[in-house]
Order: sequence, then structure tokens, then C-alpha cells
Amino acid sequence: MEQSPTEPARTPNDVGLWFMLLGLLALAASLLFGVLGAFKFLYPEFLEELAFNKLRPLHVSLAVSWIFLTAIGGIYYYLPNFSNLSSFSNRIARWHFWIYLVTGLTILGAYALGKFGGREYWEFPPILALPIFLTWIMFGVNYFTIAVKRRTAWPLYYWMWGTGIVFFFLTFTESYLWLIPYFRENMLREIAVQWKSYGSLVGSWNMLVYGTALYLMEKISDDEGVARSKMAFGLYFLGLFNLMFGWAHHTYPVPFAAWVRDFAYVVSMTELFLLGKIMWDWRVSLSTRQKFQHRRPYRFLFASDMWVFINLILALVISVPALNLFTHGTHVIVAHTMGTTIGINTMILLASVFYVLEQRVGQDVEIRHAQPISIGFWLANGSLLIFLAALVAAGLIKGTYESDSFQDMMETIEPYLLVFAVAGVGLMVGFWLLILSAISHMRGLVFSLQSDDCPSSKQLGRLSLFDN
Amino acid sequence: MTPSYKRVIFGSFCAVFAVYSAYVWTAGTDIPQNRSPGHQVKAGLALFQEKNCIACHQLYGLGGHMGPDLTNVVSAEGKGPDYARTFIENGTSKMPNFNFNETQVAALVQFLGFVDSSGTYPPKNPEITWYGTVAYGASKNTE
Repeated sequence: MEQSPTEPARTPNDVGLWFMLLGLLALAASLLFGVLGAFKFLYPEFLEELAFNKLRPLHVSLAVSWIFLTAIGGIYYYLPNFSNLSSFSNRIARWHFWIYLVTGLTILGAYALGKFGGREYWEFPPILALPIFLTWIMFGVNYFTIAVKRRTAWPLYYWMWGTGIVFFFLTFTESYLWLIPYFRENMLREIAVQWKSYGSLVGSWNMLVYGTALYLMEKISDDEGVARSKMAFGLYFLGLFNLMFGWAHHTYPVPFAAWVRDFAYVVSMTELFLLGKIMWDWRVSLSTRQKFQHRRPYRFLFASDMWVFINLILALVISVPALNLFTHGTHVIVAHTMGTTIGINTMILLASVFYVLEQRVGQDVEIRHAQPISIGFWLANGSLLIFLAALVAAGLIKGTYESDSFQDMMETIEPYLLVFAVAGVGLMVGFWLLILSAISHMRGLVFSLQSDDCPSSKQLGRLSLFDN
Repeated sequence: MTPSYKRVIFGSFCAVFAVYSAYVWTAGTDIPQNRSPGHQVKAGLALFQEKNCIACHQLYGLGGHMGPDLTNVVSAEGKGPDYARTFIENGTSKMPNFNFNETQVAALVQFLGFVDSSGTYPPKNPEITWYGTVAYGASKNTE
């Protein structure tokens, strides 16, 4: 028997909240290491004991963890509201959490000790990929066990979450093919397979995040059609097409078969349709905003919409080989990565966090933290705009720089990187305000320390991660 | 769109993706190499990864931005193996001195030589077409 979509399950399924709480902590730490890294980049003598080759992986891995933990936490939290809980294994979910936590701490320890695997995104020693594989198997078992029980047709976000899980597993595996000599011993094949897997990997976590956005849009607007229309499924398949085949704009100048990049160029240009769709829907989006802007989660979703628009333009620019000549290997690529990670993914995941809080503690979040949340929201978004503009400016200068002197080029772009670092401080402070507000409530839910202001938490009773 | 339709489309995408992946892993990257990696090159690659050099440096424009791209550092005009060796041995104000021993330094220089032989970056004399593609011209691996 399925439960009401709006009513929290009456069994302890709050392991999703643990993931979200850990995700918020990971984001806070990632921002700190990001800011330290930005200043280290400018002033190498700053924090001499913490070299940049440690700071960067600390920042990146924690940012990736924030995305995974909070997306997974949301799915663990939302799914039981729709499905028969008898098929949902809390035991596996708890093991998933603890294995992820222990592996994550081991990875951070490895970085601090200077033990690396030296791969972009996965800088940790390869052996630590094994427990990560295991956690995704656990998550997949849990997810599909619940999803297949649903008797009615899957809404689109079920498809997106399932796709994200399956393709994460496939592309994470692909990213470790370099361990096989056939791949490792051919430099160009090694680069091609690495970046092919990474392109799809990012697409797979985007599926998890965008699925969450769709779920929230459906719940906020109370319109089931949002996640069931033909157009929505059409856009999903377009996204899937790009996830599978749209990776090679990362590697245009790498001298392997020309058809690989030509095909990727054509695939990337299909995103023009998405851009057109966004512009077409602009007015609808604005009227929807007027209707729901009083809802905090909706404001984060609306902010992510703005960043989708900006980042899609950047993505299209990067994907045209003639323009890529001037942007490849520059800070424009960093701007695109940061823009999608912060502007789109983080805004959606914060919407998810605040939606859960809204469901569980009602208006208490607004009553107690309205001001810091508003300041944090505007500070983060304003800082991000300056942050990205500085990166794009630095990247374009680097991409069109005439001299071969790396030193001269770095001195030329230094003022822009200083603006980027200072904007990074604003970004960090803005997000910290949001994180602190969220954690102060989330912590109470997780540890059941809420008093009368949290009836649902009381009803659920103390959550113990050690119970079956 | 009925559920069965969606499954057929999804399944078709996955089948094409599998074929495409196999093709990229083989024919699409079946690039002739000017040299095979020997023992020293493999040791150099392992060191390059253990020290996470890619956090600061790039190969083919992929990697960090703190240091220069190293794709052709051992053959670039005014640089060369000794130039690379000096930086590896001593570090700079921005790059830590990793205190490599002589064998490790030699292995890293050999690895950079192997990377250098795989191609040219940035591409020389790229030709841009009106529809946005680029012919990248001759590269070391195709000369």
C-alpha cells in the first residue's frame, strides 16, 4: 500500500537526514578549503604546511561529497513517502551511511598525509574506490527495490534517479579502466577514456540532482503533470543523449580520431534546444515565481534556473571547437565547472534541504532564521556572479595571451584572480549562513533534540542508526 | 509516452552507448605512439600520480592552473629535459621541493618525454571552418 505523498513515513526512515547533515558539513568544509586554495594560488607562501596539491583535492572531494550525500539523502528521505516500507532496508541504508563516512574520513586522511591516486576528481588511492563501489551497490539495491514496487507509471524523477545510479556505477567503473595496461600504456587512449568517463559521471550526478529538482517542483506546485508530460520526458532523453555522447568537448585539442570530437560537437549543439526551451518558458517561469516566491525552497530553485541559463551559454561556447581553441585549459572551464556545481547543483540541493525542514519543522525555520537565510542567499548569489565573471575574464586573457611566458601570463591575470578569491570569501560566508541555519534545525531532527516545536520528530521517536 | 515506449527508447540508447564506448576504447583511440612506455616511464607516471602533480599542472590543457602545461615541456623551444629536471629537483616559490632522488627525477623526465611524444599541445596552425570545427594540423603522433 502506498502512503500519502505529503505525509512523512511513520517508521524510522530518517537515515536520509543523516546524509543531508553530513552533506551540509562537507559543503561548509569544501568552501573553507576552496577559499584557502584560492589565496594559496595567489600567495604560495601562505599556509606553507598545506600545499596546493593537498588543498585542491580536499576542496574538490568535499564538494563532490556534498552533491552525492545530499542528493542521496533526499532520495532516501523522499522515497519511503511513496512506497511500501517493507521493501526498504534501513539496515542497508545505515551501512551505506557508515561505509561512506569511514571511507570519506580515510580519503581526507590520505590527502592530509600526501597519499594520492593523482586522478582529477578521484585523487585518492585507487583501493579506496572499492568501498565507494560497494555503497553504490547498496544504494542501487535499496532504490530499485522500492521503485519496482510502485504499481503506477514512474514519474520522471524516478527515471532520473535510477539513471543517475546506474550510470554513476558504469562511469565510475570506466574511470578506473586506467588500471588496465591496455588503457594506461597509450597516453591518448588513457586521456580519452578518463574524460569520457568524467563527462558521463557528471551527467549521472546531474540526473540525481535534477531529479530532485523535479520532485520538488512537483510537490511545491502540487502539479503531477510537471513530472509526467511528454515534453519533460523528451528533455530527459535529450539529457541522457548528452550524458552518453557529449563528453569530448573536454578534449578537443587532444590528437585522437577527429570523428570523436566532430560527433561531440553535434551532440553538444542539441543543447541549443534546451536553451530555446528555457527562454520560451521564461514568462511562465516568472508568473510561477510570483505564485510561489513565499516558499523558501522555491527561491533556491528559481536561483538555480538563472544559473542554468548562464551556464548553458558557457557550455555552448566551450562546445564550439572554434571557440574552444581560446577557452580550453583556461579559467573559463573552471567558471563553467564552478557555475554548475555551485549555481545549479548547490541551489537545488539547498532547496531540497529547506524543503525537508519546511516539512518537518514548519515555519520555525523562517521564524528563527529568516534574516540570516535571506542575507546568505543574496550574498552567495551576488558573490557567485562576481566570482564567475572574474574567472571568465582571467580565462579569456589566458586563452588569447600572445607570449609563451607562463609567469607573465599569470602576473597579467592576477588582479582578476584576486577578485575571484575575495568573491570566494563572500560566497563562503553566504553559504555558511545558510548551512548554519539549516544545521541548527537538521541537527535537532537527527538527534531528536527538538522540543514541542517539532511534533513529527517526536512522533517518529529517537532515530538510532544502530537499530535494525 | 507509454512506459513500454520509454523502456524501448532507454534500452536503445544504452545499446548504442555500449557500442559507442567499445568503439572509443578501441578504434577511436587506436593512436600510433612514437614510443612504448618502458620501466622508467611507468615509474614516472606512478610518481606523477602519487604526488598529485595534476592538481597544479596540465597535460593537453587538462588539470590544474597553478603551474604551466607540461605536454611538450621537454621539447619546447628554450626548454628541454634539463629545464624540466631543474624544476623537479629544486621546486620553485610556487612548487614544493619533493626531495626526489636521482632515480625518481630521471623517471619523471622520462615520463614527460613519453607524454611529449604522444602529440602537440597547443595545436599548431589550427584551421577554423565557418561552421565552427577546427582542423588541428600536424601533431607529433601523426608526423
